[in-house]
Amino acid sequence: MACFIVPAAEAVVTTVATKILEKKQATATTADAELFRAKTSTLVRKLRWLNKLLWGGSFLLAFEHLWHGELTLAFPFLTAAGDAASMTEMLREMATSGVAMAAVVTLAWLGLVLVTSAWERKAQRVPVTVTETDA
Amino acid sequence: MTLLISVFAAVCFTVAWYKNQPQNTLCLSTPCFLLWGASLMWLVDAVVEYAHLGVAYFSPEAADLVNDAFLGLSVLALTLVVWVVTLLVKDPRGVLHNKK
Repeated sequence: MACFIVPAAEAVVTTVATKILEKKQATATTADAELFRAKTSTLVRKLRWLNKLLWGGSFLLAFEHLWHGELTLAFPFLTAAGDAASMTEMLREMATSGVAMAAVVTLAWLGLVLVTSAWERKAQRVPVTVTETDA
Repeated sequence: MTLLISVFAAVCFTVAWYKNQPQNTLCLSTPCFLLWGASLMWLVDAVVEYAHLGVAYFSPEAADLVNDAFLGLSVLALTLVVWVVTLLVKDPRGVLHNKK
């Protein structure tokens, strides 16, 4: 009915957080500004992945809701917002499916972040050696 | 069916993205993120529906199947349009921006 609104709301929050971090990176003028930029650049890059996952998923789900007639282009946009019974059902679906969708996408992103961070740490630890074939 | 189509498309785009690394001149991460995000959300929808319907979930009516397939293809078409627009706007190879 309107389950995509929950991940879309999360997308708004994560996008704002990303923008704030980017602004702080750009305006950092203290002595350790370079250190701050180095520390947060990876986080910003990975936050952008979450933003794209949430916005992309919400966008395609909104299209699906439009297809099924649950979303209209005229106010109040959601057909379920017309009467109280449908509204209750819509809110229940948002609280169950919507929250679950946002949680699953966030967990998948966390998994991606953990794996890529482990790869990055491993790449930093492995010393570069010149083998006979390279030389 | 919509979930299946979006997952197949997401896997294909991810393989294409991997093959295109490290240049990334085709903005392939855009359809990847779009389709994986939607696939994860539709997966939740499928689990919820399975919890309600049980095994009947796997034997849908022919009309529903056709409608879902049609929706899946439409979603794919929309994703391709978003991808092409992103590619032309970002223009990573400078094809459009360098034209006099």
